[in-house]
Amino acid sequence: MTGEDCVFRCEGIYKSFGGTHALTDVRLEVKRGEVHALLGENGAGKSTLMKIIIGLYRADQGSMFFEGKPYVCKGPAEALRSGISMIHQELNPEPHLTIAESIFLNREDTYGRSPFLKKAATNKRAAEVLEKFQFPVSPKTLMEELTLAQVQMIEIIKAVSCNSRLIIMDEPTSSLDSEETQRLFKTIRELKAKGVSIIYISHRMEEIFDICDRVSLFRDGQYIDTRVVSDVTKDELIAKMVGREVKNVFPKVECEKGEVVFKVEGLTGKGFDNIGFEVRAGEILGISGLVGSGRSETMRAIFGMDPLQAGKIYLDGAEIHIRRPQDAISKGICMVNEDRKGFGLCLNRSLRENISLPNLPRRQGGLIINSGRERDEVQDVAKTLTIKAASIESEAYSLSGGNQQKVVLAKWLMAVPKVLILDEPTRGVDVGAKSEIHTQMCKFAAAGMAIVMISSELPEIMGMSDRIVIFHEGKINGEVSRGQILSGEATQETILAKEFGE
Amino acid sequence: MGMDQAAFNIFARKYGISLVMVFMVVLLSVVSPTFRTSGNVLSVLLQVSINGILALGMVFVITAGGIDLSIGSMLALTSVIIGVTLNATGNILVACVLSIVATTIFGMLNGILVAKFKMIPFVVTLATQLVIRGVAYIISGGYSQSLANEDFKLIGGGKLFGVIPFPIIILFTVIVISFIILHNTKLGRYVYAVGGNVNAATASGVNVFRTLIATYVISGICCGVAGIIMTSRISAAQPNIGVGYETDAIAACVIGGTSFAGGVATIPGTVVGIVIIGLIYNGMNLVGINSYWQTITKGLLIIGAVMLDMFMNKKR
Repeated sequence: MTGEDCVFRCEGIYKSFGGTHALTDVRLEVKRGEVHALLGENGAGKSTLMKIIIGLYRADQGSMFFEGKPYVCKGPAEALRSGISMIHQELNPEPHLTIAESIFLNREDTYGRSPFLKKAATNKRAAEVLEKFQFPVSPKTLMEELTLAQVQMIEIIKAVSCNSRLIIMDEPTSSLDSEETQRLFKTIRELKAKGVSIIYISHRMEEIFDICDRVSLFRDGQYIDTRVVSDVTKDELIAKMVGREVKNVFPKVECEKGEVVFKVEGLTGKGFDNIGFEVRAGEILGISGLVGSGRSETMRAIFGMDPLQAGKIYLDGAEIHIRRPQDAISKGICMVNEDRKGFGLCLNRSLRENISLPNLPRRQGGLIINSGRERDEVQDVAKTLTIKAASIESEAYSLSGGNQQKVVLAKWLMAVPKVLILDEPTRGVDVGAKSEIHTQMCKFAAAGMAIVMISSELPEIMGMSDRIVIFHEGKINGEVSRGQILSGEATQETILAKEFGE
Repeated sequence: MGMDQAAFNIFARKYGISLVMVFMVVLLSVVSPTFRTSGNVLSVLLQVSINGILALGMVFVITAGGIDLSIGSMLALTSVIIGVTLNATGNILVACVLSIVATTIFGMLNGILVAKFKMIPFVVTLATQLVIRGVAYIISGGYSQSLANEDFKLIGGGKLFGVIPFPIIILFTVIVISFIILHNTKLGRYVYAVGGNVNAATASGVNVFRTLIATYVISGICCGVAGIIMTSRISAAQPNIGVGYETDAIAACVIGGTSFAGGVATIPGTVVGIVIIGLIYNGMNLVGINSYWQTITKGLLIIGAVMLDMFMNKKR
């Protein structure tokens, strides 16, 4: 496909962060006036590619062409000038600007070349574009008064008014209700008719069949295939998204399961609804689901980081109340957050201080820290987890991702928890450290710890878990046992299908 | 690059500012014979004692990610409380205790506003600074009061064994106590953690609320102690003293390697910062450079120190 038909094309795109290859030899072609879906699991590379297209990231290698001309982009502003805009999943409106000011931000009408604004003219122009989209609100309305769906529509109107010929929409329906979604689809169809091309990222399979013309599949940072939507089935797409060989590279050790240590019932909060599960001593419970399915939100609420609206938590059969992380830690429930730098470490403090931080109340009785004992204890746990650092006095930022993650694990290992919640314990970690972390997890379990592990990586969750609970849109949508996995009754395809709400 | 660069950075970060101090001392020793006398050494230390104590309180607040602009007004509050109490009762101990209680309460108020209501420290202490100054004027009726109590004058003017001025002894005591608190207690560890990454501190079970309040209380207590020395030295209770003192205290912290981003500071570093500020005043006076240039030098040093801090922070 060349010439007039193709609006955007990229090929041979490589991008790596540190040692991890986020994109390897990726390509994509978008035709004029088509809605082109991108499909893939979390971390498949969709977002990275989009960020490269709008210039937030720079590709290590590869070339891009927009409307037949080579396309290089240094940032979103330049992308916009070239005719490419992106509607982000998380909308960030300027709440105190009016609709008109927002649409024409940086393109205001002024008196000649002076810095003085012609407000009436801008409002008039805004009214015209709003009219075109039959948007029934005055251009003088403040952004903060709009609903999310309206803010999103303003973003789209802005994109079109900038004469964008390619609009990237990242999960545009994730915060819309079904009526708003239908309205969005209507707008998308109108844009299509005008020859605007749309790259549409969504985890909702139905939407892809509803609105998209073609779909490109990504897996583990690689481009897999592009298909015409009307020629494929959901099952085919899921099979292609998974498609990898399952190698048993996980050091899973089967161990004796004890009593139920941890149990939750009817947990409800922001992003999850009526969640219940239990974990036994020595058991690794895998939690699978797409980002935004409520898995991390549930765990954060259990740990006391976010409020719970309803539900009960039981530890060793007795109901407990957790309002803050302190409560959870003091009862023996610890959590490794998915955001290592945001919630796991004080990067400019030493390993010693990071590791002992949550353990000071229990391990250091008096006011003054017994630094000799502290050093010994930290040395011990650092050795157990084979943390590679110049010394325990090294600052956390100086370590590699894998060693940083081990430091976070060490914090909680030292606390000797009964329940250990791990949210993406091996994200951004090199292969060697990953395997070591898996080995340690098995040791923790063998020692009688109850482990809850969230992971976006299907092989990891299937290789390590004794049982898997699958989340979809804030609810539990199925459970799979290790037996079912080993017998081949449950496969990556069946789990992924459940993640997508089948 | 590589290890040598990293080692150099650590060295520069740890000792860079101490080298500046040593350089200043050597330079002044060469240029001014008076500088070398033991009498002058004591006079530098005496000069920095009040600012030093304030800076040692301030360093806790900044390390936890905040700032305390109310310390100048706290000095005035201390002063007038001492004036009123001393003239009424004649009891030095009661006067000192009362004034420290008052600054502690206002410190706690700062802390609660910051920690409980998540208000921005700059704004909170900018506002309470006005409130505290107003309270000081109300207590004093707006008038300066001279203090007749000869014993009270000894706190600022007396000398141990007739050699070492008491303010220097008090300064060293505060240095030792703050060193222990910041470097050897759980509270100190929590201060670092809250300033370094408040989310990680929360997720590690640190009581952020209590930690933040503690830092403002420590700053308040230090203001009380510094205020007592100051009142004694001028032997008068005045509601208008202490204006602008926060600048020097913050400057000492920053020059001493305290990061405004939070989570990075040491007490030895702060002490070096305090001494450097003292050397600027003392040295330039001795050499005969007028005070306008002293202010400029101080300002440039702060900019230099902050640039160094940002440069170091970029590495992480």
